[in-house]
Formats: sequence, C-alpha cells, structure tokens
Amino acid sequence: MSRLNVIDDRPSPPDATGEPAGGSQLDELRRRLAGRRGARYWRSLEELAGAPGFRELLRREFPRFAAEWEAGLDRRRFLQLSSAALALAGLTGCSKQPPEAIVPYVRQPEEIIPGRPLYFATATTRAGYASPLLAESHLGRPTKLEGNPEHPASLGATDLYAQAAVLDLYDPDRLQAVTHRGRIRTWGAFVDELSSRRAALAALEGEGLAILTGRITSPSLGAQLARLRQEMPKARWYRYEAAAGLTHAAAVAAFGEPVETRYELRQADVVLAVESDFATEGPGAVRYARDLMSRRRIDDQRPAMNRLYCVESMPSATGTLADHRLALKPSDVERFVLALAARLGVEGAATPPAFEHGGWVEAVAADLEAHRGRSLVIAGEHLEVATQVLIHGINAVLGNAGTTVLYSDPVAVEPSDPLADLGALVAAMRAGEVETLIVLGANPVYDAPADLEVAAAMQSVPLRVFLGQRIDETGELCHWQIPEAHELERWGDARAYDGTITFSQPLITPLYDGKSPSEVLAVLLGDATVPARELLRRHYRELDDRAWRRALHDGFLAGSALPPRPVTLKSAALSAAAADLAGRAAEGLELSFRPDPTVFDGRFANNGWLQECPKPLTKLTWDNALLMSPRTARELGLGDLVRDDEQQRGAPRVRLAAGERSLDLPVWVVPGHADGCLTLHLGYGRRRAGRVGDGCGVDANALRTSTAPWHVAGVAVTPLAGRYLLASTQSHHSMEGRDLVREASLDAYRADPHVFDHGHHGPGDVSLMDQHGDFPPGRHQWGMTIDLGACTGCNACIVACQAENNIPVVGKDQVARGREMHWIRVDRYFQGDDADHVTAVLHQPVLCMQCEQAPCEVVCPVAATVHSDEGLNDMVYNRCVGTRYCSNNCPYKVRRFNFLLYADFETPQLKLGRNPDVTVRSRGVMEKCTYCVQRINEARITAKREGRLIRDGEVTTACQQVCPTQAITFGNVADPQSAVSRAKEGPRNYRLLEELGTRPRTTYLARLRNPNPALEPAGADHHQEGHG
Amino acid sequence: MAAPDVSSAAGAVDLDRSVIAPGHSSESMTAKISSVVFGKTPPWMYLVFAVSFSLVMVMNLAIARLLFVGTGIWGLNVPVAWGFAIINLVWWIGIGHAGTLISAILLLLNQRWRTSINRFAEAMTLFAVACAVMFPLLHTGRPWLAAYWLLPYPNTMGIWPNFRSPLIWDVFAISTYGTVSLLFWFTGLVPDLATLRDRTRNPLLKIIFGVLSMGWRGSARHWHNYESAYLLLAGLSTPLVVSVHSVISFDFSVSQLPGGHATIFPPYFVAGAVFAGFAMVMLVAIPVRKAFGLEDFITSRHLQNMAKLTLVTGMIVVYGYAMEFFFAWYSGNPYEIFAIIENRPAGNYALAWWSLIFCNFLAIQPLWFKKVRQTPWMLWIISLIVSVGMWLERFVIVVISLSRDFLPSSWDMYRGTVWDWALYLGTIGFFFSLMFLFVRFVPMIAMFEMRHLLPEGEVAHEES
Repeated sequence: MSRLNVIDDRPSPPDATGEPAGGSQLDELRRRLAGRRGARYWRSLEELAGAPGFRELLRREFPRFAAEWEAGLDRRRFLQLSSAALALAGLTGCSKQPPEAIVPYVRQPEEIIPGRPLYFATATTRAGYASPLLAESHLGRPTKLEGNPEHPASLGATDLYAQAAVLDLYDPDRLQAVTHRGRIRTWGAFVDELSSRRAALAALEGEGLAILTGRITSPSLGAQLARLRQEMPKARWYRYEAAAGLTHAAAVAAFGEPVETRYELRQADVVLAVESDFATEGPGAVRYARDLMSRRRIDDQRPAMNRLYCVESMPSATGTLADHRLALKPSDVERFVLALAARLGVEGAATPPAFEHGGWVEAVAADLEAHRGRSLVIAGEHLEVATQVLIHGINAVLGNAGTTVLYSDPVAVEPSDPLADLGALVAAMRAGEVETLIVLGANPVYDAPADLEVAAAMQSVPLRVFLGQRIDETGELCHWQIPEAHELERWGDARAYDGTITFSQPLITPLYDGKSPSEVLAVLLGDATVPARELLRRHYRELDDRAWRRALHDGFLAGSALPPRPVTLKSAALSAAAADLAGRAAEGLELSFRPDPTVFDGRFANNGWLQECPKPLTKLTWDNALLMSPRTARELGLGDLVRDDEQQRGAPRVRLAAGERSLDLPVWVVPGHADGCLTLHLGYGRRRAGRVGDGCGVDANALRTSTAPWHVAGVAVTPLAGRYLLASTQSHHSMEGRDLVREASLDAYRADPHVFDHGHHGPGDVSLMDQHGDFPPGRHQWGMTIDLGACTGCNACIVACQAENNIPVVGKDQVARGREMHWIRVDRYFQGDDADHVTAVLHQPVLCMQCEQAPCEVVCPVAATVHSDEGLNDMVYNRCVGTRYCSNNCPYKVRRFNFLLYADFETPQLKLGRNPDVTVRSRGVMEKCTYCVQRINEARITAKREGRLIRDGEVTTACQQVCPTQAITFGNVADPQSAVSRAKEGPRNYRLLEELGTRPRTTYLARLRNPNPALEPAGADHHQEGHG
Repeated sequence: MAAPDVSSAAGAVDLDRSVIAPGHSSESMTAKISSVVFGKTPPWMYLVFAVSFSLVMVMNLAIARLLFVGTGIWGLNVPVAWGFAIINLVWWIGIGHAGTLISAILLLLNQRWRTSINRFAEAMTLFAVACAVMFPLLHTGRPWLAAYWLLPYPNTMGIWPNFRSPLIWDVFAISTYGTVSLLFWFTGLVPDLATLRDRTRNPLLKIIFGVLSMGWRGSARHWHNYESAYLLLAGLSTPLVVSVHSVISFDFSVSQLPGGHATIFPPYFVAGAVFAGFAMVMLVAIPVRKAFGLEDFITSRHLQNMAKLTLVTGMIVVYGYAMEFFFAWYSGNPYEIFAIIENRPAGNYALAWWSLIFCNFLAIQPLWFKKVRQTPWMLWIISLIVSVGMWLERFVIVVISLSRDFLPSSWDMYRGTVWDWALYLGTIGFFFSLMFLFVRFVPMIAMFEMRHLLPEGEVAHEES
C-alpha cells in the first residue's frame, strides 16, 4: 500500500486551448488577491486552491510540482512534502515579518538604543482641546505619556484622561479594518467610492453633504473644512460635543460673540467657584490647578494665601479644596448668584427672596469687594445661561476682567451651540436634505439627549460614513466604517485651552491602518494621495523648516496662545439674565446631569483604567448611580444609606422619572451633597462601547432633553424592589476621630507653626532599635512628601501609576470584593458632626510608605519583601509565595494581591503597551509601590557612568510627575539640600500613624485652610470629629 | 500522684467512678475491642462513610479549583487577606490538642482513666493535624512554591527562609507536632497491632499487621523498651501541648494588628485548643461508644472528666476574653480600644462575637451540674456548640480585626464563598473518613493498656 488514499475532487484538466482563458482567470485571481495581506492572503490561497485558474497557474509556473499536486502522492513523497511544509511553517508561521529583508541594520536608526526609551512631544485631545504630552517610546512603542513641561497648558502635568490614552491606543476592541455594510473592504475602495461621489457633490455644490464632528480646535482641520465649503458651498458642517455646557451660549448672550473665557488664577486672591470643578475638569484644569495651588503654598517670601469659596450642589474635587464650601441645590445656586449680583451692584439684579445660605452672600460679597481686580468668580459650564451671564457681570463689576478673567477669540474653530447644531442636523436629516453624512469621531446616537432621536433621523440618510476608533452606537448605523487612527498614531494639531497650537506626531505606525479626520476630509478635497504629514505641513507652510522642526520638537508653536482682548458686556443681557433668574420658581426635586469624572461623556467607556479609577467623591467604579445627600435619601424613603455594608447589601434601586421619560437606576449617597437635589453622571449605559464598557451603568441621556440638557426640576423618585451591586473602593466615610489627615487654619498656623502636632504624641525619632536617622554619606535614601493641602483628588496619579507599573484592571466584580490593584489610592474622608453636616472633604493619597521599620518585612516567611540599602521596601515578585501576611501586617494597607490571574498575558496588543522595565505580575503574588524603582535604577545607571550621585529632581515618580498641583515631592532624604528634605523640615510635616513606630519615608504635609473669619468664628477649628 | 480508683473496679458498680465496667476479663475485653476490627462492617457505617467520603470528594474539587483558578475563589480581599483557611488551620490544630494532652500530660500525671480514650484522642490529633496542615499551604498564592520555599534547606538560590517570620515558626511547630503525634500514636499501637496479628485469620491482614507490629512478641525486653520509648515520647509531646498553639498564636500576637496584638495570646490559645479538643473528643466518642457498644470501656467517668476539663479550659478562655477587654482599656491605645471594646460587641460582625460568647461562655455553664455531665446527649450538644464557638473565636480574631484596622479608608467586609465552605466542610469529611477507617481497621482502644485496668491487671500492676 504505497499509495495514499486522497479524495479526488480535481476538476477535469483544462484543455489545451484554454490558454487565453487561463490568462484572464489569472488576472481575476490577482484581482482577488489584491489588497489582501498576511493571514488572509494564505486563507485566500487555500480557498483558491480548488479554482481552475489556480491549477492552470500552477501548471505554467511550476510544471514539476503541478504534477505532484495533481497526481496522488506516494507515502514517501507525502512525508517529504509535509515535512518541508512543516519546516516552512516553522520558519514563517510564527510572526508577521515586516516586508523588508531581515538583515541587521546597515545603518542604525539614530538614537535608538534598545532598552532606553525615547521621548517625543505630542498631544492628545479631549473634547477638542489639546493635552500637550511627552510620550515615552520603547523601540517604537509608546508606553507612557507625561505632560509637556514647556507647554503652558501642562507644565509637565496631565489629567487622568491623558494618562489613560495609551490604553486606548492598544485597545483590542478598536475597529481594525475598513468595512462597508459589514464586509471588510480596503481604504482604497473607500477612497474610490468617495472620490466618485466627490464629482457628483461638486456639481451640486455639495448639496446633501453633511459632516458631523466634535468640537474642533485644529487650525489645519478648520482650514480643510473651510476649503471644503468653499468648493461646495452648500455642504454643511455640524459640531456636537456632548459634555460641552452652555458656556458658548452664555458668551454669545453676554457679549454678542463667542469669546473664550479663561482665568488667571495666579492673580486671584479670592476665588468663588459656582458649580465649577475648574481645578480638575475642563480644558484648562491642569494649569488652573497648578496656578491655584501656587497661591496656596505659603512660605516666608509669600505669606499670603488665596481663599477659595465653592458653591455647588454635588461636591466636586475643587469643592473639597475650598476654604468654605456651601452646598446648595441648583435653584438656590441661581438665587445665590442673583443675590450676590444684586449685592455687588450688577446692573438689573434685584435681591431674590430669602433662602438659606448661612450668611454667605454678605460674607463672600464683602470678601470679593475687598479684593477688586484680584478676585475671581468662576462659572461652571453647565450652569444656566442667565447665571453664567450674571457671573460675567459680577466679574466685570469687580474689575476682574483683564486681570483674573481673560477674554480672547474662541479657541474652537467656528464654535457653535452644540445642541442647536445637532438639532439642525437632525432636522435636515429628517427633512431628507442629507444625502451623505460623514461622522468624524462623534457619537450622537449615544450621547445626544434622547428627544433628538438621532438614530431614527440617521436612518433616512442614504450614505453614512463613520470614522471612529471603535464601532460605537453611531458607527454601527453607518455604511462605511473607517478605523480612526489614535492620536498617538497620526499627525495633527489642536489648540490648548489658551489657544496654543499644539502638535501631535505619530509615535507608531497605525496599528490598524487607521486614518485621521484630516485624511478623510482630504479625500473629499481631492487630496487623497497627499500623506497626512504633508497635509499638516502644508497648513503651516509659513513656518520654515527650522521653525517647523522646532515646533514639532517642542510639541507646540510658541507664542500661539490667543491674546486677551477687551470685550463689551451687553447691559441688556445682564438685565435680561437677572429678570430671567428672578422669575424662576423651581419646584420639586431637582436633577443635574454632569459628565462623569472618569469616563467623561462616555468616550472613555472602553478604557479599563478609567472605568476602574474610583470617582473622586463617591469612590465608585464601573458604574454611575443617582447621587444624593443622605438626608434626601431618607426623605425619599430609602433608609439610612451611610453604612459600611451598603456595598455588600447592594444599593437600593429607584425609578427616576423626568417628564414622561424614566430610568431605573441605583442610588448612592454622597455626604456633602446638597439636599433636595440629585446628580447623575453621563457616560454610562453604553450599548456599543466594547467588551470593557458595554453594559456598565445606566444611560443618563435617556432622561435628557435638548431644551433642558443639564438641569431638570420636578423629577420623581420611586423606590423599586431589589438591589444593585455597586463597586466602591472605600465604603467608610469618616476618620473615626483618628489623626490621619491633619489640618489647621492659616491663623492658627501663624500663631503656632506646630499646631499640627498638638495632641499627638508620636515616638518621634526615639528608638531602641538601630538608628536609621543618620544616613551614611554618599548614599541615596529615598523619601517622599505629599502635600495634603494641594491634593485635589483628581486621580491622575492613580492612572499614571497604573500605566507606569503595568497594574492590571480587575473588573467590577473583583473591585466589589475589595481587590482593586491600585498601588496608590486617594483616601477620602468626610469631616463634620455627622453625614448630614459635612464641613469638609479630605483627600489623602496613600501609597507604600517605605517604612524604615517595615512591619511587612518581618513577617514574610520567604523574605520576598526586603529592605534595600537606599531605604526602599522592595518586593521580590518571583520569590513571593503569597501568604499575604505582609498585607495583614501593613497598617497602611497599601499592598495589593493578585488573587487571580489579573494580568493579561494573552492579548497581543496589550503586551505592546506595557512598561518593559516593570515585571508583569502573575497570580498569587503580592505587589505594591516601590517609588518607581525602575526610574531610580535608570537614573542610577546614568549617574554611575558619570561618576556622581543622582541629582535632586533627576528621578521623579510617576505619581509625582503627573500631579497637576505638584503635591508630591520625592528625592534623596540623605541630602539635606534636596527638595524633599527641605519639605520634611517644615512644621507641616508629619507621619501617618507615627505612633506605630514604622518610621515611614513617605510623610504628609498637613493641610492649611484660609477661612473667612466672617463665616467661621475664630477658634472654631474643628478637630476631625468623625461620624460613622 | 492521684490515687487510681482501683477499688471500685472490683467492688460496687459505680459507673460514675469506674473506668471500666465490671465483669470484664482480659479475654472478654480484647475480644470486644478487636471485634470491631474483625467483625463485619455494620451497614450504618457504610452510610456515614459514604457521607464523609463525599465530603472528601468536595474537598478534592475545592482544592483542584483553588489550584487552577487561584485564591481569588475565596472571599478574601485587602484588608481581610486571611480568612477561612487560617481560621480552619487554627481550629483544626486546636482540636488536635486534646489528644496530645490526654496521651502525654495525663500519662505523666498517671491519670489512668485516660487509657480508654487516649488511642482515640491521639488518632484524632493526627487526623486533625492532617486537615490543618493543608490550610497553610493551600492558602498561599503559589502553593507549589510555598511547599518547599518555606523549608530551610541549602539551595542554589542561596536564600534561607526568613526566620523572623511567625509563619516559619509555624512550619516548625506544626511539622514537629505532626511528626511527634504520629510517632506517639504508632508506638502506642504496636502491642495492639501484634494482638491483631495474632488474632486474625485472614492471611493478608496477618502480613499487614505483622509488618506494622514490627516483630512485637511481648517479651519483657520489648515491654521494657516500649515503656521507656512511650514515656520519652510522652515527655517530648508534653511541651508540644503548650508550644504548638503558642506558636500559632504568634501569627496574630507578633503582628501589630489591633485585636491580635496581645501578650495573653499564647496561654489563651492553648487553653482554647484544649477546650476545643475535648469538645471534639466527646463529639466523636459519644456516638462511637454507643454505636460499638463500648460503654463498658468509655464510661460515664470518662465523659464526666472530659466535661470537667472542658469547663475548666472553657473558663480559662472566657478569662482570656475578659483580659482582652481589660488590656485594650488599660493600654489606652485607641486602636485597641476600638477594635476590642467598641467594634467586637457592637461593630460590623457583632453577631459573630455574641454568638461566640454564647457558645464558649454561656453554653458551657450547664457543665457545672453533675446531671448534665452524666447525660451523654447533653454533653454531645454542648460539645457541638463549643466546636462552633471555637471556630467563631478564630473568626473573630482573624476577620474582625483585619476588617477594621488602622485606616478607616481600607475597611472592608469579608464573607466566605461557596469554595471557602467547600474546603472547610471537605476537611471535616476528610477527618471523619479517616476516623471511620481508623475505628474500623485499628483497635480504637488500647487493649494492652486496658488490661492494666482490669482487676487481674491491677493486681499484676501493683505487684510489679
């Protein structure tokens, strides 16, 4: 039996006259194979193996093997062939090789040294505004983003969204191929189709063409869009930005033109924030936080401290920083602004009927008046137009315009009212006026108010094109789905909050051949063949090459910030606004909508880092909930929800009805929330976000209407049966009277700088044990301080640490079980007599304290956690057997355990984004912060080669680097001149739980408040009374 | 030295005083005890064995899932990183203590009533240690490494275990305890195994018992060596009664966690262990003596003595509870005051603490009454309650303390999952399976020692 039985399904051999026919079949084959690459190519061959044309090709190209193919095989030959096939498969099958020949570099690419990262200036955008960045790139893979220290909008820091952008880049759920009606197509096919349409559209002057984008600040995109509408005057461009509030409308109402408002917090002595989380939310937040804090750190040179008032319904991160915080429901906030305006003499404002504000109007007004030109009132962008107009008026009356409040030309290109714009698009679609809709990175089907019914309107558009990073709710309704390049993969420009033109440059070849919006627009403009870089360069052709390179190197165009300019406040607008507010009578329960503090308007819903990042006040992860004060919850019949075991019991569910719309959702209480009102965050309830974001939370947009997008009065709440599990990382609210966060008022501090130590009897440096206090010379001893007065609780450090240290995402279920993995967390404590009388909210970032007498080290049976001679409490991951004794004995509970296999060792994309300098931990291993020891080691290598010690400031930890307020100082405590040593010398320095004698290297700087004596009688310095 | 109540054995029938029922001869006693081994397996035994063996299968499943998926299948979290596994470890080790106490300390104190229950209690010790030893290994994140990295041996990694860690002390304490217990139990078995070898007619059993009895012929020299060895082992075991649980208690008292960080822990743990151990002996012995008709050998006197010891050790434990409160108050340490005085009776797991007080304090008070001590079913119920109570005690120490430590931000709750319970119940099944096999295949009462207690033995004994 020398012959192998094979199923003979060969077609009859082609006849000799079939030559020309065979040639055309070959063309057909080539055509079918064109545009296919990689794995699909081979699959195509298999598919094609049975085709007659293929056999003909085989016969002509390889006559010898054709016989082999056609004839049955004998055993020997079969084995030969299959072993050869195996060997070939082994050679080529392992990885996708680049098309180039595989030889060592003939010329080494400049500056690439394996193991050493390179840094490039680039930027990402959020809601159109640029976040200037420095990207760390390891062998062509961006792994970590830092703020661009030279850029005025960053000064080296970023917000949490920018930190999480790396994960978005490597998201395996990204759209990976051009598809048309569900079938995979090529970009070329799309270009063909759109180019052919272009001629027809041009003939019609663009009639029926609608382009929908988010807010665009990119000058080059703006120019493209302008050119497009020049060529096709009837084409329409709509902008919709879900989270954009009413700032634009307010500016138009107040000034008659859409001026941009920005703040100069360095000049402000007294700041009043009205429903504004300016220090953590908004395009300028990173800079604002820095500037605000620069006036709150006092020393001999600058003994004065600014004073911050916050009036808000839902406690915000900014509100937690405030010297005085007043919780008012939204209608009372309006009254407050009106009363303040009336008190300060804003035109047309009359004192509203009395409401409970605890003497705030008079006290704040007096304080603001006393600081004319050096005070500042900041309006939250979701406040009603009339309120915002009045605040413009108040700033004008106080003489702040031009000093602390700066007005400039708008940063966005052709700004518009987002809801009006989207409404116009929907109307046009309904009317059948839109033939071609091109959606560039917007998702109105999800994030528009429900009454617009965008999805239904879209159905009537014959051709719908979508450019996006993932197929979202809007994308799935479109015919063409084009993968959008991530901002780290493409050329682009955008303006920062102050107008500075900021460039993004690709750090990596687009992983899935993604395209940028400008490339799609280029197709419409007939520039399909122009490379993306060239598109951008063309816009900046007035820059010579040197200046262009300089701009790319710096990441921004120096001096391109929009200059402040004078504006004229329309007095009619003020009177109208005052009359509007005076005439309002809100009744019933009020509901406010806000963008979520971690997933924003829903665009980050598929980002695990952001989903798992605890929200600043609620510490919730993976969900939104109906937020209210404990008293309101009791009044609604939901019982006392301020309990530790709420998480285990699950949150009560309610039906929230606004008008005829209703939504079932869980309730979470927030001590410090104003009574009689509710807050609901957007960004959840995504139906089509990806495997991370699908099905998390509830979609608040279902309750929103385009007429009342941010605030509804008269909503009804009905308790429902059943409970819903919410995963919170901190269930306890109070400090239990323990001495964890120390604070004092500025006056008390001035009177006695050691006020923070009163009543605390720590062992100090006295120890029976070996004294570590005297460090041997010539060594580094690492230490850190965290300024509690400067911590806004913005969470950027948490995400930065996650990105730097390859910290896994564990998912909602695991968080609910108390197994989140963050190495740094921000503890939040409410201060006040009880949960109904919260006077302050305190944040305390906690990371490994690197104790000199570390309780964890003693108890580890296998010596997997040991002390380094530089004072680090090191973790030896591969020695750890996971007894978890160290965690039990850690009084700070900063250790995190891999209870399950949390790290993803499978998904190839995620491997690319990991920091190659940090081990990816496996199951059963304890892990924790080591002050970014990989960064220390890198600096040490450099320092050793140069024969010196590591310089102060040469090593920054990830949390320190990202912190917008520079709350964290890190360095060598053995060097008395180092920044950290000097910080530790001050009277505010204290050790957490110092009575345990652990001698932590991480210490805290006590918080200073600057209360207004008119609002807080002297001596009423409450001392951390807790409630349970 | 307490005078043995030998007179009663020959005289009036005082079941409360006698350690062996009257009317037994050496022959009848040996026949009676060995009949359990040589007789047919009673049908009820198949049933109870099936139940406990099913639980062994549950245990295997729980272990397999644990090894494949990870400790995350349990209810652990940060801050409560220790849960059922450590509770069960301490509970099982504690249960073993009665066996050691009976066989070693009571032997040295010449408490001869111990004879009829010592074999039984020693077996219990052994099996309890077998159950216990699983937990510290399985509770680690990577048991395949912990299994040998915790042992001190010269290795190519050039690294020793951290001898400062109480967990390493545990390794020594438990392994010593297991080894000594096994040796002690086996040494005591040798003469009886020889008896079985001599009595069996089954050639296979003859070989097995022959090998196990190590050539015992009962010569005077054998007896002499045996007695010396047994006494030596008893001497070795005696400190273990105190040391093992003291070392286990260091896991808590060496750590600085409020609620465990107290100097009273070692004696308090030892008393608790003996307390739990006697409860478990009674829990098992009462039904077994009934089922095999061994009331003649495990008499009311035994039960009463054990009940008294349970009461004594129980009250020591209660004293420990009181001292914990006193220490917390007296220390002035706010964390201790919170953890013990405020949080235990009125905190997140108040129910567990009050149940503990009921089980370990209130439920043993009836033992003051002779009537209760004489009523086996009452003793059995109290023993059951005490066993639950001692488990709760470890729950209170491990879980409540961890769930409410220094920083309120970290506070969290712990709840055992189905896999926590599966492993726990599985080890109970494992324990009872081993107990049943032991009862069925090995003489559960030391026959040769019992012979000393017989009237004729007494005479010989006294004369010797």
